Amino acid sequence: MPHDHHDHDHLSPSGHPYRQDNDAPLTYFQRMEIAVRELLIEKGHLTPAEIATQIDAMDARSPANGAAVVARAWTDPEFKARLMDNAGDATREMGFDIGPLHLVAVENTADTHNMIVCTLCSCYPRNLLGLPPDWYKTRAYRSRAVREPRAVLREFGVELPQTTQIRVHDSTADMRYIVLPARPEGTDGMDAAALARLVTRDSMIGTGLALVPENT
Amino acid sequence: MTSAGTKVRVKTMTPPGHIRAPFYLRGKTGEIERILGRFKNPEQLAYGLPAAEKTLYRVRFSMAELWGDAAENPTDTLDAEIYDHWLEEA
Repeated sequence: MPHDHHDHDHLSPSGHPYRQDNDAPLTYFQRMEIAVRELLIEKGHLTPAEIATQIDAMDARSPANGAAVVARAWTDPEFKARLMDNAGDATREMGFDIGPLHLVAVENTADTHNMIVCTLCSCYPRNLLGLPPDWYKTRAYRSRAVREPRAVLREFGVELPQTTQIRVHDSTADMRYIVLPARPEGTDGMDAAALARLVTRDSMIGTGLALVPENT
Repeated sequence: MTSAGTKVRVKTMTPPGHIRAPFYLRGKTGEIERILGRFKNPEQLAYGLPAAEKTLYRVRFSMAELWGDAAENPTDTLDAEIYDHWLEEA
């Protein structure tokens, strides 16, 4: 029973852990953000509505955008060639507003598996995949992905043979990366929309593989 | 400075500040995978200072080079972006 815990002190009557209220004083950078935002509004550079619109746009980005790019690359060889040559331009061509992002696509094949990390901070192709998962930003992932990627992959349920070469990409500077996962077997007749549903967020980070279609 | 395939070593200097060359790569030798172009040096940019443009490279290291006998698989690789002022020919 998921709600049948013993440490009831930490659980609400509904059985879920209490989340600490955020009523501590503002941090230095929180105050700084509010001050800069209010100044920008006061001096007429931005309106509150523009800021809200931009926050909405950032929240609306999701791995579905990346999945559409991957599915197109699986079904359109010329697009795939453009994606591998310049992933930023290729995704802009599909209509995704990825801003000034410098995007590099790295392709998984029968004998190569790519995996993305940012050891220095949390660089992630947000404009294409949305906000990164919390684990992506942890010290554990950031330090282990470069030293023991195979062990990390196993914890994600991905067991690769020693003959598969693993290429870890550390986003240390201006580039952002997206993994082009290998197209799963048994997907020959599927169109791009159906294929996109097989493309998970983790498969584009390289900590997962694209899903195999359900047997029907 | 160099072209794809050139062997380079990451300098072992340890300046303070906003540095994008990770410690675990300093002193390690790899091969230029591709040239990414010119980008403003984040070591100044991060502080709002006038920043010179530097050539940025993607350098590929073998896991054997990075971790020695502790590497899970010596021929697995790690690619990182390193600015030219952090590289010397090896």
